[in-house]
Amino acid sequence: MKYKMMSRLMASAALVCAGASAQAADVEVLHWWTAGGEAAALNVLKEDLSTKGVGWEDMPVAGGGGEAAQTTLKARVASGNPPTAAQLLGMQVREWAQEGALGDLTQAAEAGGWADVVPGALKDFAMYDGKWVAVPVNIHRPNWLWINAAIFEENGLTPPTTWEEFNTVAQTLKDKGITPLAHGGQPWQDATVFDDVVLGIGGADFYRKAIIEADMDALGSDTMVQVFDQMRTLRGFVDDNFSGRDWNLATAMVLNGEAAMQLMGDWAKGEIIRADMVPGEDILCVAAPGTEGSYLFNTDFFAAFDVSDDNRDAQMELASAVMSPSFQEAFNLVKGSIPARTDVSPEKFDACGQKAMKDIVEAEGNGSLLGSLAHGHGQTSAVQRAIFDVVTEHFNSDMSSQDAVEELQIAVESAAM
Amino acid sequence: MTLRPARLFLYLILAVFCVYYLLPLYVMLVNSLKPLSEITSGGMMALPGDWTTAAWTNAWSQAQVGVEATGLKPYFMNSFLMVVPAVAIATLMGALNGYVLTKWSFKGATVLFGLILFGCFIPFQIVLIPMARALGFLGLAGTVPGLIFVHIIYGISFSTLYFRNYYAAFPTELVRAAEIDGAGFFTIFWRIMLPNSGPIAVVCVIWLFTNIWNDFLFGASFADYDSQPMTVALNNLVQSSTGVKEYNVHFAGAIMAALPTLLVYIVAGRFFVRGLMSGSVKG
Amino acid sequence: MARSAPSAAARMRELLPRIVLSPTIALIAIFVYGFIFFTTYLSFSDSRMLPSFGWVGFDNYVKLFQLRTWDIAITNLAIFGTLYIGICCVLGLSLAILLDQKIRAEGFIRTVYLYPMALSFIVTGVAWKWFLDPGIGLESVVQGWGWESFEFNWIKDRDMAIYTIVIAAVWQTSGFVMATFLAGLRGIDSEILHAAEVDGASKFALYRRIVIPQLRPAFLSAFVVLAHMAIKSYDLVVALTNGGPGTATEVPATFMYSYTFTRNQMGVGAASAEIMLLTIAAVIVPYLWSELREPKR
Repeated sequence: MKYKMMSRLMASAALVCAGASAQAADVEVLHWWTAGGEAAALNVLKEDLSTKGVGWEDMPVAGGGGEAAQTTLKARVASGNPPTAAQLLGMQVREWAQEGALGDLTQAAEAGGWADVVPGALKDFAMYDGKWVAVPVNIHRPNWLWINAAIFEENGLTPPTTWEEFNTVAQTLKDKGITPLAHGGQPWQDATVFDDVVLGIGGADFYRKAIIEADMDALGSDTMVQVFDQMRTLRGFVDDNFSGRDWNLATAMVLNGEAAMQLMGDWAKGEIIRADMVPGEDILCVAAPGTEGSYLFNTDFFAAFDVSDDNRDAQMELASAVMSPSFQEAFNLVKGSIPARTDVSPEKFDACGQKAMKDIVEAEGNGSLLGSLAHGHGQTSAVQRAIFDVVTEHFNSDMSSQDAVEELQIAVESAAM
Repeated sequence: MTLRPARLFLYLILAVFCVYYLLPLYVMLVNSLKPLSEITSGGMMALPGDWTTAAWTNAWSQAQVGVEATGLKPYFMNSFLMVVPAVAIATLMGALNGYVLTKWSFKGATVLFGLILFGCFIPFQIVLIPMARALGFLGLAGTVPGLIFVHIIYGISFSTLYFRNYYAAFPTELVRAAEIDGAGFFTIFWRIMLPNSGPIAVVCVIWLFTNIWNDFLFGASFADYDSQPMTVALNNLVQSSTGVKEYNVHFAGAIMAALPTLLVYIVAGRFFVRGLMSGSVKG
Repeated sequence: MARSAPSAAARMRELLPRIVLSPTIALIAIFVYGFIFFTTYLSFSDSRMLPSFGWVGFDNYVKLFQLRTWDIAITNLAIFGTLYIGICCVLGLSLAILLDQKIRAEGFIRTVYLYPMALSFIVTGVAWKWFLDPGIGLESVVQGWGWESFEFNWIKDRDMAIYTIVIAAVWQTSGFVMATFLAGLRGIDSEILHAAEVDGASKFALYRRIVIPQLRPAFLSAFVVLAHMAIKSYDLVVALTNGGPGTATEVPATFMYSYTFTRNQMGVGAASAEIMLLTIAAVIVPYLWSELREPKR
C-alpha cells in the first residue's frame, strides 16, 4: 500500500510538471528583492511583461544579501529545473557562465543596441565568450560617505577628502562625545569599509592589483599594512555596540544624530528618504575619503539560464524589458542606484544620484571604474570570503597590521587554489 | 502547614522559569502591537502606548514578500498542503515499520533498525545537492509532491524510532493470540495496533509537524514559485536586505507563522508527556 | 531451512514483514547512505561551485585543518555542546522534579516550558537578538530600572558570545528535556517510592538513590536528541550572531554551509561534513550499540 501511495505521488507530480511546461510564455525569476520599494518596482516590470503576454512567476528568496538565493539556485540547477532568470552579482554571473549554465541573450542585446549604452566595466560581467549572458539592472556605488550635515555645521567641520582628514575630523567629534562613525560589525560591512580604505589609500591602480588581480606582492606591500593601520584607527571611531548591527540601524544613528558619518552604499538613501530627510542636504553624500574620481560599482544582473526553447522568447522579452530606459529609470529611482545605461536623463534623480551619474562617466574615462570586492565584483566567492575572514578578524581583534597582511596572503592563496 | 514556605519557594522558582520561557514571546507580541515609530523610539519591553493591529493585517495580507504585496496569506496553504500529507504518510510508515520490527521481527531486524535510526542524524545541508539531482531525475523538482517526498524520507527515521519503542512495550501475546484466531498481518495492524497507538501517534505527529512546518532549507531549495512554504515567505519578509525594516510587521508575521505549531503544542501538549511516558523514554 | 516445503501461506507470513519494511530500507539506503557516500566522494574531489569528480586525495582535509575558522568552529562546538547538553539535562531534570510535586496548574506550566520547541529561530531569532543587544535589550532595560552599572554585553564580546548561543539554545530545548524526564518520573513504580518513604529516607536521598538511577533511559534519549541538535545547530547561530563578532561563534554547521554554498569550495565543505558525520557517529553508534544489543520484547 505504501507503493500505491508512492506511485500516486509520482503520478500527481508528473501532472504538475506537464502543467508547468505547457505555459510556454512565462518567466520564472529568482531574486532577493523582497523589501517594499524594490519589490514594488519589480512589479512594474511584471505588469510591463504581462502586456506583452509574458507571465511572471515570482521566486523570491531573501537572506544574507542573496546568499540564501544562491543555495536555492544551486539546487534548482542541479535538479535540471533552473529559473528563467536569476538575480546575480557580477562575479556570480561569471562563475555560472563558466559552469556552462547560462543561455544567450545576444539577439535581444543586438536588437536593443545594449553595447552602445552599457558601461564597459559592466559588459565585462554581462558578456561571456562574446555572448550576452546577463542583463544589468542597476549600478550601485558602495564608496559613499554619508554625513549628518547638522552635526558638521554645528562643529564647523567640512567633509573629509582624504583618510588623514577623516581621522582629524573624527577625532574632533569623538572629543566632543559624538560617535564619529556609525558601523555595523558584519563581514560584508567591514569589507565595504575595507574597500574604501584600500582604494582611498592605495589608489585605483593599487586596488586593481591587490584586489582584482590578487597580486601577492601588492597584498603583502607596505601600502596594505597602512590600510590595516587605518582600519585599526577606524575601530577607535565606532561605538562599543557595533558588532552584529544591521546596516540600516547604523544609518539610523546618522539620521538621528547619534553618529556623524557612515560608509555605506547608496541603498542607504531609502532610509534617509523614509526619515523625511533629503539626501544631499540633510544628509550629505560625498565619495569616501580619497576615492573622489574613482567609482566602485556593484550591479545586480538578471542572468539568463539555459532554458528550453519554449521559454527562450519569454526570456528575451524579459531582458529587453529590463534594459528599457523607462524601467531602468523607474526602478533605480526607487532603489537608490543609477541606471545601468548611460543614456537615461539624470533629471528625476536626487543630488546624490546626479553626482553618481556624473562621477561614473569620469571614472570610466580615467580607468577607475572598479568592481567592489565587498559586493561581489572584485573576486570569486572563495577569495572574496577569504579576504572577508581576515578583514573581519583583524577589525574585531588586536591582530597587528603586519600579521593581518600575512594572513591575507595565506588566505587568498589557499582560497584561490 | 510547615511546608508552606517551601511550597511558596517552589512556586516562585517555577514562575521565574515561566518568565524565562515566555520572555521572547512577550517581546514579539508586545512589539507586534505597536506602531513602528514607538519601536524605534521606545524600549523593547514597554507596553504599546498606542495599541494597533495594523501590523497584523499588514503581515497577513498586504506586506511585500515578493513582487506582489500579498502578505503571508497565500503561503499558509502551501505549507499545509506540504505538511499534512508528509506527516500522515511518515507517521503511517513509521507505525508499520515499528510493528514489523517488534512483532514480526526477523534475523537482522535490529541491525536494520540501527541503520534506519542513523538517518535522524544526517545534517540536511549535505543532502541538498544530491537530493536536487534525485528530484530532477524523478521528475519531482519544484513540486509539492517533491517536497512531501523529501520530508517523508527524513521523517521516517524519527517515526520508526517512536513507534518501535512504543510497540516494544505492547504485549506480543495479544498479537499471537489474534494470529491464532486467524487474523492476518494487516488486520492485526489496523484492528489491534493502531487503535492502541494514540499516545505515541501524538508524540510523533507533534515532532514531525513542528520539524516540517519550521523547515526552511528544503522549502527554499526544492519549492517552485507556486509552492514556496510559509517559512520561505516569512524569511523574505524578515530578511530583506536593503529595505527599511518594519519590525512590528516582522514580529506579527513571525507569530502568525508559528501559530499552527503553537496550537498543536497547546492542544496536544498534555498528551505529549503521556506519549513520551509510554514510548520513547523506554529506549 | 531443514523444514520441508513450507506452505505458500507460511512463506507469505515470513516474507510480508520484509516487504512492508523494504520501501523504508530502500529510501534510507539511497537517500541517507547513498548521499553520505556521495559526500564522502566529494570530499576527495576538486568540486567547487557544483559537484565535479576530479580526484584530489586528502587535499581538502589538509586545507580544512589549516583553516583557522575551522579550529574556532570545532572549539566552539566543544564548548557549546558540553554546556548545552549539560545545562539542558540539569535544568530539565530539576524542573521535572519540581513539577512532579503535585503542582497546581501543572498543565499550563508544562506548556509554557515546552512551547519554545514549537518555534523555529527564523521566528524567535529577532526577539533574541534584541534581547541580548546591550543597546536595546536586557542591559538597557535593567539600567532603565535604575541599576546603572548593570552590564550584559556578551553578544558583542568575542570571548562570551558563544555563551549567549547556549542561553538561547537551552531556552529552546530544555522544556523538551523536562518533558522527557517528567515522563520518566511518572513511569516509576510509586510503590517503591512509598516503601522507601516509609523506611524514612529523606526526599533528597530518595531522588538520588532511587529515582534518578531509574531515569537512565530517559537520560539517554534526551542525550541523543540534544547531541544531534548541538551538532546540527545552524539556524540558531545564523539568527543570533551569524558567526560573529568576527568569526568568534562559527560552528561546524555554519562553516560547512558557507564553504559549500557561499564560498564555492564544495570539496572543503564536504570534508567538513565528513568530520561532522564522524563526530555524530562517534556519539550515536555506542548509544545504539548499548541500546540494541539486548533485544527487548
